[in-house]
Amino acid sequence: MRDYIWLIPLLPLISSITLMIAAPRLTHKIITLLGVGSVGMAAVATCALAIEFVGNPNPIEIVLWTWIHVADLAPRIAFYVDGLTLVMMSVITGVGFLIHLFSSEFMEHDASYARYFAYLNMFVAAMLVLVLADNLLLLYLGWEGVGVCSYLLVGFWYQNSANGHAARKAFIVTRIGDTAMAVGLLLLFTELGTLDIQSMISSANSEWEIGDNLPTIACLLLLAGAAGKSAQLPLHTWLPDAMAGPTPVSALIHAATMVTAGVYLIARTHGLFLLSPSAMTAVAVLGLATSLMAAFTALVQTDIKRILAYSTISQIGYMFLALGVGAWTAGIFHLMTHAFFKALLFLGSGAIIHCLHHEHNIFKMGGLRRRMPVTFWSFMIGSAALAALPMTSGFFSKDQILLQAYQLASIGPWLWLGGLLGALLTAVYSFRLVFIVFFGAVNTEPDREIGWRMAVPLTLLCTLSLVGGYFSLPLTNVFPTVDAGHPAHWVEVISVAVPLLGVLLAYGLFLGRQLKLQPWMEGQIGQAIRQFWFSGWGVDQLYNSLLVQPYSILAGMLKGEPIDRLYNAIVRLNQTLHQWLSVTQTGRMRWYIASMVFGLIFTLGIAFNVAPGAI
Amino acid sequence: MQELAVPLNHVLLVSSLLFCIGMLGLMIRRNIIFILMSLEVMLNASALAFIAAGAHWGQPDGQIMFMLILSVAAAEVAVGLGLVLQVQRRFKSLDMDDANRMRG
Repeated sequence: MRDYIWLIPLLPLISSITLMIAAPRLTHKIITLLGVGSVGMAAVATCALAIEFVGNPNPIEIVLWTWIHVADLAPRIAFYVDGLTLVMMSVITGVGFLIHLFSSEFMEHDASYARYFAYLNMFVAAMLVLVLADNLLLLYLGWEGVGVCSYLLVGFWYQNSANGHAARKAFIVTRIGDTAMAVGLLLLFTELGTLDIQSMISSANSEWEIGDNLPTIACLLLLAGAAGKSAQLPLHTWLPDAMAGPTPVSALIHAATMVTAGVYLIARTHGLFLLSPSAMTAVAVLGLATSLMAAFTALVQTDIKRILAYSTISQIGYMFLALGVGAWTAGIFHLMTHAFFKALLFLGSGAIIHCLHHEHNIFKMGGLRRRMPVTFWSFMIGSAALAALPMTSGFFSKDQILLQAYQLASIGPWLWLGGLLGALLTAVYSFRLVFIVFFGAVNTEPDREIGWRMAVPLTLLCTLSLVGGYFSLPLTNVFPTVDAGHPAHWVEVISVAVPLLGVLLAYGLFLGRQLKLQPWMEGQIGQAIRQFWFSGWGVDQLYNSLLVQPYSILAGMLKGEPIDRLYNAIVRLNQTLHQWLSVTQTGRMRWYIASMVFGLIFTLGIAFNVAPGAI
Repeated sequence: MQELAVPLNHVLLVSSLLFCIGMLGLMIRRNIIFILMSLEVMLNASALAFIAAGAHWGQPDGQIMFMLILSVAAAEVAVGLGLVLQVQRRFKSLDMDDANRMRG
């Protein structure tokens, strides 16, 4: 398998191109076979690669060809596979395959079935290039590729202009981060003379000291790129709107894979980040702030997909926190478990939306426990894992992050406390969702139960969400080993207890109703806070009044082309004069003669007056 | 050098009167034949001025110019009458304004 790694991204790419070109001539069955099958084959190939890798865990490097050769710049199309890449590839192809299978039922009756799979396959190919790339330029190619696919899929139902708007927003906001990242790449190239990740990091380590300015700047630029792609503050606003796309797309791109690309980037360049403690702190603080902000927002949302979107932002914040405190393995571990349970939750919500006539409002659902048992259990397990209840996969990864955060010197305990608050909120909002949607009175009757192509991915992801915590990732050779001593016993006990407390709280608030929030909520302050959280802390409005509106006003002013107006006036003057003169072109000979005569008399008159002696 | 019997000023006056008559005719007549005739009058008026001036200064140039104008006038009449014939055939009229085909 080692020599055929290039097959893995190539398979979905070929399928995507075939679907784009030949879609009208293909039957529904062949489209499904191509779209789902190609990703399935890639998953099988990844599996074979993984088995081989476990036997011989040395990094694999294969060079296909030199991409460009200009002076010192000679990026190659080359793939680099180590434990980290392998984890990412398994998530992308494995979870990706399940979501493709789910989509084949979810999108069955859509008119643009082939277009959907063409985009989705292209996304998988681009994402694989991103994680396989051995230099930052090729990584950037994949990075932009997934951005384009995300844009295309968010705006998949483009007939509704709101979706097109959301797609543009996603594209433009991530582009801000991408630009910062491109600047970072250029800086790294000019300073270190190479974009090849491994040699770049080794030369950075020999040229720069820990705490130098240059690595800090480079790392902060990379962080900006990662924040854009991974929807972290202050570039997170696109992700909730990106829910305009089909739900399986939200599951694959905006929960499981693409949004974790930023986490992957930082983990991949961890050698650089280790040179800059301040950048590491920035990553941790940014992650924690995003995580808390998004958790508070998720608490009051009413759209099922927006709750999950904010929860995704919050969980990626956790991953950033993990990276920032140097818990690399825990961060990647959380990335993987999050991919399992968040894909599960999104697919579950997709199943609900599919069966409930595209209803998104959770308060119009309710009592679905007996109507949709498969979905109920998958949501139960997914939420338990999201809330990090003991024995689920989320518990293992989140626990590791919190414990390692606690052990960090100086700000560690504060980060730990923030993380605990986030964990509490996570438990509350995830079980609020479960209690409101699946318990209580039935508000909308589902008109069908899901078929096997939806049930199988849900069941498999349920299993993964439960047992994912017992996987041991082949990351020991990739990251520097952290001396994970055991903190005091009470720290661990609290970490376990907090999510349980959150579930109890959610039960009291939303199901048993022992805790009364009503008087608080109705008060003026309660309403204001609720509105503030609901709008995502007003960030959208802030950007709107700070950036979008001034830009629109400026554009409105420039639309009239104030400078061109001068030149246009000259043109218009000439046109007017021309019209006046063309009136005199009557074709009547006598007029011409008369005007000639009067002209002559006029000229002679002037000549006599001005220079009488000349004539 | 023989003196002119009529003072130069008188001749020039006659010539400019003739020129003005021709010009007025050009401006107000509609019949093409009359327009051509007015043109002849104007040409001859200027020719008269040349002759008088040539005689006044005793130079042959005036007469040479007269010969030139005469031949130009002859050529012009030949072409002009040809055109008049064509106009008459095409528009069944000699009215200048009937031949106007412009819509401006």
